[in-house]
Amino acid sequence: MLDQLNRLEGEALAALETVKESDALAEWDRSYLGKKGALTLLLRAVGDLPKEERPAFGRAANEAKVRLEAAYEARAEALRREEMVRELEQGTLDVTLPGRPAGPGHLHITTQTLRRIYAIFAEMGFQVYESPEVETDEMNFGLLNMPPHHPARDMWDTFWVSDEALLRTHTSPGQMRAMREYCPEPIRVILPGKCYRYEQITARSEHQFYQVEGLAVGRNITMADLITTLTEFARRYYGAERRVRIRGSYFPFTEPSIEVDVDCILCEGQGCRVCKYSGWLEIAGAGMVHPVVLQNGGYDPDVWSGFAFGPGVERPAMLKHSIDDIRLFYGNDLRFLRQF
Amino acid sequence: MRVPLSWLKDYVDITIPISELAERLTLAGLEVETIQYIGQPEAELPWDPKRVVVGEIRAVHFHPNADRLVLAEVDYGGAERETVVAGPPSLLDLRGQEDVHLKVAFAMEGTSLYDGYAEGWQIKTLKQATIRGVSSRCMVCSEKELGLADRHGDIIYLPEDAPVGAPLVEYLGDAVLEFDIKGPFGHVLSVFGVAREVAALLNVPLRRDALQVLDRHPSDLTPAPDFLTLEIADPDLCPRYSAALIQGIEVGSSPFWMQMRLRRAGMRPINNIVDVTNYVMLELGQPLHAFDYYILRAKPGEDRPAIIVRRAQPGEQMETLDGTLRTFDGEMLLITDGGGPVAVAGVMGGLESEVTEDTTDVLLESANFDFISVRRTSRLLGLASDASQRFGRRVDPELTVKAAARAAHLMAGLAGGSVVPVVGDVYPGQQPQRVIPFDPAYATRILGVQVPTEEMARILTSLEFQVQPATDPETDLPIFQVTVPSHRQDVERPVDLVEEVGRIWGYDRFPTTLMRDELPPQRTNHRLEGAERVRDLLVGCGLNEIITYSLVNLEDEGKLRLGGPASDPDDYLHVLNPLSAERDVLRQTLLPSALHTVRDNLRFVDRVFLFEIGAVYLPVRGQTLPDELRRLCIVMTGPREARSWMAGQDRALVDFYDLKGVVEALLAGLKLDGAFEPGTHPALHPGRCARVSVAGRGVGVMGELHPLVRDGFDLPAQSVCVLEFDLDGLLFDWGVSYRMAPLSVHPPVYEDLAVVVEEDVPAVRVHDLIAQTGGALVRSVVLFDVYRGAQVGGGKKSLAYRLTYQADDRTLTDREVAKLRGKIVRRLEREVGATLRS
Repeated sequence: MLDQLNRLEGEALAALETVKESDALAEWDRSYLGKKGALTLLLRAVGDLPKEERPAFGRAANEAKVRLEAAYEARAEALRREEMVRELEQGTLDVTLPGRPAGPGHLHITTQTLRRIYAIFAEMGFQVYESPEVETDEMNFGLLNMPPHHPARDMWDTFWVSDEALLRTHTSPGQMRAMREYCPEPIRVILPGKCYRYEQITARSEHQFYQVEGLAVGRNITMADLITTLTEFARRYYGAERRVRIRGSYFPFTEPSIEVDVDCILCEGQGCRVCKYSGWLEIAGAGMVHPVVLQNGGYDPDVWSGFAFGPGVERPAMLKHSIDDIRLFYGNDLRFLRQF
Repeated sequence: MRVPLSWLKDYVDITIPISELAERLTLAGLEVETIQYIGQPEAELPWDPKRVVVGEIRAVHFHPNADRLVLAEVDYGGAERETVVAGPPSLLDLRGQEDVHLKVAFAMEGTSLYDGYAEGWQIKTLKQATIRGVSSRCMVCSEKELGLADRHGDIIYLPEDAPVGAPLVEYLGDAVLEFDIKGPFGHVLSVFGVAREVAALLNVPLRRDALQVLDRHPSDLTPAPDFLTLEIADPDLCPRYSAALIQGIEVGSSPFWMQMRLRRAGMRPINNIVDVTNYVMLELGQPLHAFDYYILRAKPGEDRPAIIVRRAQPGEQMETLDGTLRTFDGEMLLITDGGGPVAVAGVMGGLESEVTEDTTDVLLESANFDFISVRRTSRLLGLASDASQRFGRRVDPELTVKAAARAAHLMAGLAGGSVVPVVGDVYPGQQPQRVIPFDPAYATRILGVQVPTEEMARILTSLEFQVQPATDPETDLPIFQVTVPSHRQDVERPVDLVEEVGRIWGYDRFPTTLMRDELPPQRTNHRLEGAERVRDLLVGCGLNEIITYSLVNLEDEGKLRLGGPASDPDDYLHVLNPLSAERDVLRQTLLPSALHTVRDNLRFVDRVFLFEIGAVYLPVRGQTLPDELRRLCIVMTGPREARSWMAGQDRALVDFYDLKGVVEALLAGLKLDGAFEPGTHPALHPGRCARVSVAGRGVGVMGELHPLVRDGFDLPAQSVCVLEFDLDGLLFDWGVSYRMAPLSVHPPVYEDLAVVVEEDVPAVRVHDLIAQTGGALVRSVVLFDVYRGAQVGGGKKSLAYRLTYQADDRTLTDREVAKLRGKIVRRLEREVGATLRS
């Protein structure tokens, strides 16, 4: 019997060597170690042995079984590896094929620009305040120190909807609304929104555009604060390396009035068509809130002071992305919008 | 406004480079848009100082082989005269003359010039050439060849005093500053006005001779001169009218230097009288007008001409200098003589009284008009002139007699004749000098920079403000009493002086400071945050945001009202001055623009999924301003999935349920519960339209576009899914906080439940009954199949749901689940007549 056992083990191990795939391995398992397998049958025959031989044979048979099981495991592991290698070899994809279409849509470039502007000013404590697009003559002009027939009104070509109402030409009327709502609190707000000008639509001008007015009112607000705030904004929006130039200007609702330029981001200040060869690009008008305007908003100019500024929204985006036609913004060609 | 540097230097010494000067002026608020260099090294065509010089033609000879050419013998300061071949007609008559003295611009071989005969501006190099058999290596130049004029005309003849041999660039070179002046600042709209700013900026003296002619030629200023009857009938529109008389002049060309200055400033020389009026206007900023004295008519019964300044009679007419017959309304101010209108005050003179070649005596008007009146007249007549642009931005009323004297004496000097030493001057609008108390501490408070007090005084003084030390009556602290010069019509209050200090001190010198004010109360902005959340959710669903025009036309809005009454124009807010009929009303729906956008995009792409958030404008009776309501609009059309190489992609066209999936995702993202009910809308497919409500509040409609509306917007015959919501209604409850649902650790039990119901039972009813009956233990109810067909019988449908049962505190037993299921099934049987499908 022991010989038979040794033969069987030898034969099983040899057979295992020839097993090349998992089906054959399972078959091997069944034919040697399974319920009706050769080794199992041999073990059952132990009862045929004389009593004194049984312990030795039983020990030997168990040892053989353990060895065969170990060999089986080893073989199985080897086969798994081989199969994995085969799978890896066969599973190669053409990684240059296009991916499965997925993904979100796009926010309008104006929304994206506004959000950047909100974020920059939010860090300086400015919160968003929205106000109507259809405004009274009084809010848009009169209370901003431009009584009827004031020459400065010529600076804004206006769409009128009645004798008293118009499409706001700038976000500045929001200043007056914010002041009247918050007085006598100090104020730090930005006023984004659509504005309208009676202008023929060309590559450089639109009758509808966005602006973000800024307004700070407090007891110690100064021109130096304004210059710093706008310089900060310009560097955050256009890049830390930008140079900023502040020059005197005129707006009826601010005094003193300034304009803010950054060095041209297209030509690095060398002069090009976009900056009209000046090396500078105008990014915002600004100034200290005119005492008349403060007064109209409810603030005593002897105690309070304030600054206001009004950068555009399309223009910064145009510069940043070399967009040469403002009509693209509200033409809504998806081939344009999807680029942002 | 164009200011030649050479002219500016008459009044102020400029020692810094021109580019630096331009920068300083720009920073101070006088924006220099461009600098045009003439002949100088920075110019496009620099004039070589060695090769382009002042020459003098000394003799003109016949060309041996050409009738239309001459040989000119030119002295250019060299050892010998140079003979050049030239062709200007003005030299032909001089042929054979040996004793000629004509100063010219002389260019020598090797220098660059513009090609006088080429179109546009082409630079060529002057080379030796043989012209009709005569060699010539130099030339006498035309203006075009030097870049002074864009037409090739006669050669330039320089004044007699031009120094022979001098580099032309020194004699004729220049730089012209082109300004863009914003604001009603008449005081800088002149060469002298700019010079005044330069003097303040550079801290150098200002030469004021041009303003002081009256001091050198004292005149009698009188409202009743013996040569003129002078009346201002409407003093509210004419604060001052001054008139000088120059007799015995001879009209001719003005001298070279004046023509050159006028042209560089952008004006065309006409004759010595008109040129002087323009010259002095450019120089001092006072518009002037010259009348032919003998054409002015007297009032009936008088023997001397009259000038009466009055409002027009409505419908009164006159032909202006530009040859157009103008009709006036009753608010327009006219200059009239004894017979009728002779000029539109401050805007343009009349054709009849214009100075002509025959004029011998000139009545020179130097007046001041109300700036608002001039602006109005100019706008209504569609007539803008150099005069109206200056008057419209306020001119110093003190300037009239000074400018009149300056111009009168220039005329007499250039055109012969004599100035009558009496100036007619009616001045009903004389104003007291403005004195403004100015506290330096106030300037510091506004500017945030400590400009030394003495520097503030210097700046104001240099701009011709008078600065007197004083004491504040309230605080007893030292302040200044600042007297405003008459030319600063714009300065009214202390803050205006602060601006003067700030801009001349220089904003580039301001320190960097952070606002040290208290931070205002910070408020949550649900309105903005809600809209931004909606944008993000929709973009996450694959939609693209658009922004369209607020101005639309009624016809488009009408296309949505299929079969309904047409849009009533009275219900809309109209723009009174539309750019085009295409955009003349404020929209009340976002849909038409979105549909146009879809149509436009379908030319290039096949899937158009987009949304817009924007206002609509609803007029309210008795309210000046409309209600502005925010709307959300979505349009989706085209294949569900983008085309790709993958197997099994879904290229079916999107339908109602794709849009509904987006809405569900939106509502879920906003943590809102929406309800959908069948609805109707004139623009939508009658069977594919839902009204959507949130917390019982209707927020809008969604559905597939009606085929006829689709046709109306030129859209292809495919399903176009649209939605329009009231955004503020949708976000009404947004931002309310909610609690998290606990996460159970106990295993769920899954079970499928299929029931058969009548076709008209809405699916949502079955779903809600299951959910309600199941209560807390039914965690989710997902419809996974809808079947109609023979197996369930006609008029019925089978709805199959996967239910997930789960408890937070225990593992559910099969008995519990079976019991609950039985309860659900009985409820469905009872309430909607459902039968269990096995």
